[in-house]
Amino acid sequence: MNFDQATFELPANLRALMTRHDDTAGPSGLPRRSFLKLTAVSGFALGVFPMGALAQDKGAAAAKPEGLKPLQQPAAFVHIDRDGTTTITINRLDFGQGVQTGLPMILAEELDADWSKVRSVHGTNDPAYVDPAFGMHITGGSGSIKNSYTQYRELGARTRAMLVSAAATQWKVDASTLQTRNGVVIGPGGKQLGYGELAEAAMKLPVPEAVKLKDPKDFRLIGKPTGRLDAQAKSSGHQDYGIDMRLPGMLTAVVSHPPVFGARLKSVDDSAAKAIKGVKAVLRVPLDRGAEGVAVVADGYWPAKQGRDALKLEWDISGVEKVDSEKQLAQYRELATKPGKRKYDADVSKLASAPHKIDAEFVFPYLAHAPMEPLNCTVSLAGGKAEVWTGTQMPGIDGLAAAKVLGVPPENVKVHVQMAGGGFGRRGLLTSDYVVEACGVVKAAQAAGIAAPIRTLWSREDDIKGGYYRPMHLHTAKIGFDAQGKVTGWDHVIVGQSLLMGSMFEPMMVKDGIDATAVEGMKEPYDVPMRLTVHHPKLNVPVLWWRSVGSTHTAFVMETLLDEIARTTKQDPVAYRMKLIGDQHPRHKAALQLAVDKSGYGKKKLEAGRAWGVAVHESFNSVVAYVVEASVKDGTPILHNVTAGVHCNLVVNPKSVEAQVQGGALMGLSMCLPGAAITLKDGVVEQSNFNDFPVPRITDMPQIAVHTVPSAEPPTGMGEPGLPPLAPAFANAVAALTGKPLRALPFKLA
Amino acid sequence: MTALNINGKDRQVDADPSTPILWALRDTLGMTGTKFGCGAALCGACTVHLNGQAIRSCVTPISAAAGQKITTIEAVTDGGDKVGKAVHDAWVKHDVAQCGYCQSGQIMSATAFLKTVAPGKLPSEAEIDSAMAGNICRCGTYARIRAAVADAAKTLA
Repeated sequence: MNFDQATFELPANLRALMTRHDDTAGPSGLPRRSFLKLTAVSGFALGVFPMGALAQDKGAAAAKPEGLKPLQQPAAFVHIDRDGTTTITINRLDFGQGVQTGLPMILAEELDADWSKVRSVHGTNDPAYVDPAFGMHITGGSGSIKNSYTQYRELGARTRAMLVSAAATQWKVDASTLQTRNGVVIGPGGKQLGYGELAEAAMKLPVPEAVKLKDPKDFRLIGKPTGRLDAQAKSSGHQDYGIDMRLPGMLTAVVSHPPVFGARLKSVDDSAAKAIKGVKAVLRVPLDRGAEGVAVVADGYWPAKQGRDALKLEWDISGVEKVDSEKQLAQYRELATKPGKRKYDADVSKLASAPHKIDAEFVFPYLAHAPMEPLNCTVSLAGGKAEVWTGTQMPGIDGLAAAKVLGVPPENVKVHVQMAGGGFGRRGLLTSDYVVEACGVVKAAQAAGIAAPIRTLWSREDDIKGGYYRPMHLHTAKIGFDAQGKVTGWDHVIVGQSLLMGSMFEPMMVKDGIDATAVEGMKEPYDVPMRLTVHHPKLNVPVLWWRSVGSTHTAFVMETLLDEIARTTKQDPVAYRMKLIGDQHPRHKAALQLAVDKSGYGKKKLEAGRAWGVAVHESFNSVVAYVVEASVKDGTPILHNVTAGVHCNLVVNPKSVEAQVQGGALMGLSMCLPGAAITLKDGVVEQSNFNDFPVPRITDMPQIAVHTVPSAEPPTGMGEPGLPPLAPAFANAVAALTGKPLRALPFKLA
Repeated sequence: MTALNINGKDRQVDADPSTPILWALRDTLGMTGTKFGCGAALCGACTVHLNGQAIRSCVTPISAAAGQKITTIEAVTDGGDKVGKAVHDAWVKHDVAQCGYCQSGQIMSATAFLKTVAPGKLPSEAEIDSAMAGNICRCGTYARIRAAVADAAKTLA
């Protein structure tokens, strides 16, 4: 999901919905947003003095400059208690990537806050919390820090200016003579006022439009290795996630999904299910993609699950396509030989006469995201108003979907974003599948006379079998090159389902029949004459972005093929890349050089049986290079050491960047290990849990060292870029040992 | 009614005897620190201690635990358990958690493991890996888990 901001525009209808309750006055004459604001009163429940509301009383013009959008006003983002506790709302989902700490660091930097008093909370589907680059609620494309860096700095600077202004008034001095540091305003003679003491007065002041931001060289917090704000809670069982939602009288639903995607029910025998103690209702519910399911609603997960297991269901699978992975691969191979859409169209006529040739086929399977917290969504519907609690990357779209299913106006749906136990893309659906399902359950329950809020909870099996996978892909490549490794023609074909065709993103992200997410990461930064043909077959398997999206396969293909050319022409793979990377890509070169220098590549003597592997790849505007050491033992490739060279411009939190590279690398490794594949037989997904869809364990974790290239340029994201180059670097090391390139994930050693 | 001893307190649980400890804790008693990950003893997110042994609460019915001592993450990290406190402190110091969802289980496994390490001894990395291999972290925090367990062991040694 490498959104290009320059070309990304929301369709008008979506944009209108996303800004539906802008900061304009509602029917009551008050702004519809009535969020906790910068207040002097302790406690969120008392956040009843919205800055906007007060401003409304005093005349809106003074307090709300024309140029400021809700997302630029501190009101929705900063809450300062009397004791100085500063609570910062994040406009993204934190599902591990650390924006829960990174965004507050950025705001607190310009605010000169006392970091020990900073807390953070998730936002909602309120329009204030849209991504400033897209104008919609989205956590994706590794864009949180990148797109909100300036926004959160300005929010901090505006808040600081208001606090300074309040102090100036109190001391009857010019604001320009005051300084701030560590949560206090410092005045003449060194006298001080804490932010908590000033908050009440500050909140009544106008929000300044223009603010001066710090020179990065004066940063005290940004760039400092900082522990996560939630580290205590997450190390003691006290962090609440969506699954931990508890409301008075809340019930739990477990839904039986069809065995084949999109299938409907033929018959339901729920007599045994209803006999289970604790089961309150068995309900037929509509699912996304036109499918149907059966929800068992009970007073807890266990009776609901037992109830579901006791259902006797007959499904009508006659009308839906039943995908079979083996046949699918044969179809993809056939399709790869046919004319398709052209992403690049270089002349490849010299390929046939080239002295060296590669003729390669790559196969990538479907992959499940398998976040550790099973999908869940809690919905309450009362008096025509709905509340939704869920860990979601797209609360705006989910709110609209919920409104549609529940039959209430969109502005009557509040989505409370919950801390999520992983996601990796699975919580960012344009179809809102698990939210639609949870709302369908509540709708059906209310029709059956159950008014209680309901938490719909998936089992791990529901998750693994539930679709929305990284799509299966086939690549073919015919490459001609000379003895120096100069590529004279590269004829490449990609076959795989489009993520975005048929979705609301199609107008922006699908150009000339090619889904941008399928080809991102191809060709660049290498100056090679490539003809790239693309096919997007339509199949009855729901697909979705999976951490680093297209680069999950394109990086592997590009970086293993480049390595093969280097090996064939007996060139050092680093030197060859450096030669082929154009001068317009200095960040690639810097990241690769850093990884090379820190790893001891080419200098250090490796242990017997080990080989070096190298890969470099840009995704989401950040570049990661890996130099790895691997061996092969009894036919099994083993990854020992990883040295990362990272270029993500300015590093906001080095601890977080390190964690994201470690995690991205491990997820990259997950694609290589045995069993990393979702397959279908007669339309039915063959895997079900971590036994047959294994993910890496601590015993698979290599030693990993992360190094970043120093930079003061505005930061780029790091949630995803650590993933793509791992698998090819590992594969290149294995190929160096065996002499045979690896051309499929998971690895298959002949 | 099944009588359970949880974190030193006797509790009566009104649930089917087949109910896994996990769901008795989470849904009946409202103790949500113990997490549901797989429901099949494959991921370790639900790890609790039964008479001091790390077990998977998602597959252990309350009937099998009646009258025995169950210890959960809430008690292990509340400061009263020396080993649990060392593990908790190391987890915070090393900033182990990303999404954090698996970490209750990781900490419970680490604590049970470190209680088996002889006084004055430090576990090897291979021993740490072996002890922690039953707990999945999809975020990939394993490098920091290793470091935190080793650090906690050092504190306790």
